[in-house]
Amino acid sequence: MKTLTALIAGILFGFGLGLSQMIDRERVLGFLDLAGTWDPTLLFVLGGAVGVTVITFRFIIGRSRPFWGEKFYLPTKQDIDPRLVIGAAIFGMGWGISGYCPGPGLTALVLGIANPVLFMVAFLVGSLGGQWLLNQFQSKQQLTINN
Amino acid sequence: MASFNWITALIGGILIGLSATVLLAGNGRIAGISGMINGAIRFSASEAWRWVFLAGMLAGGAIYEYGFAAQPTPTSNFAPVLMIVGGLLVGIGTRVGNGCTSGHGVCGLGRLSARSLVAVLTFLATAFITVYLVRHVFN
Repeated sequence: MKTLTALIAGILFGFGLGLSQMIDRERVLGFLDLAGTWDPTLLFVLGGAVGVTVITFRFIIGRSRPFWGEKFYLPTKQDIDPRLVIGAAIFGMGWGISGYCPGPGLTALVLGIANPVLFMVAFLVGSLGGQWLLNQFQSKQQLTINN
Repeated sequence: MASFNWITALIGGILIGLSATVLLAGNGRIAGISGMINGAIRFSASEAWRWVFLAGMLAGGAIYEYGFAAQPTPTSNFAPVLMIVGGLLVGIGTRVGNGCTSGHGVCGLGRLSARSLVAVLTFLATAFITVYLVRHVFN
């Protein structure tokens, strides 16, 4: 059941991104271009999605456990730290440059064009590089603490 | 470019929200795509469900594009430099900031997380500024 649930959720997500035109990077860039011919599509997509989750998540999280699992795997971090803001700021720059974020970038692979392929390869390199940077930073911090 | 269609945008968004609902209610997992990919490339058996979800995304996208789309999704010009630079920054930023548009946006805002709200406002702000610079200053 867990596998089937993951599959159904994935299909809904990919279909939703296609239907809402989010796999067209020009649509996304049109939303991000406030000084151009502004395209409100993304606002309706995000509004529709959050409109659902803000209602359904209330009921789900109130339950003791998910239908097919032992527990909820929810983010535990609460603090608004420089790491969060710096990371989000870098992500926004990359989003503005490419017109893709990870979900649409991945789903756009079905279009059979080169842009999403290059984007996803660069995303993977950046993500692994980002983890490496975090590890360096953490081990340096530990050295400071140990000294 | 075809004109803006708020109905398909809204329905598409609702489907994404339902996807996040199904995954959380069924499996207790957050539908954040950057985290989904980062977990998947650890290649451990316990993370295999992530590959199923990601394959489902591709299947869902293909079902729409080749089964339902009134016209093919427009494809923009090949832009290798923008893809490489943008992709690298998206990879680094989502890893450091623990999430993207789906994790912090769709799911984080749904959980009323203050941390995710800060992330969303931050990445929207830098994306707006970046597009302004790329399109209207350096172009």
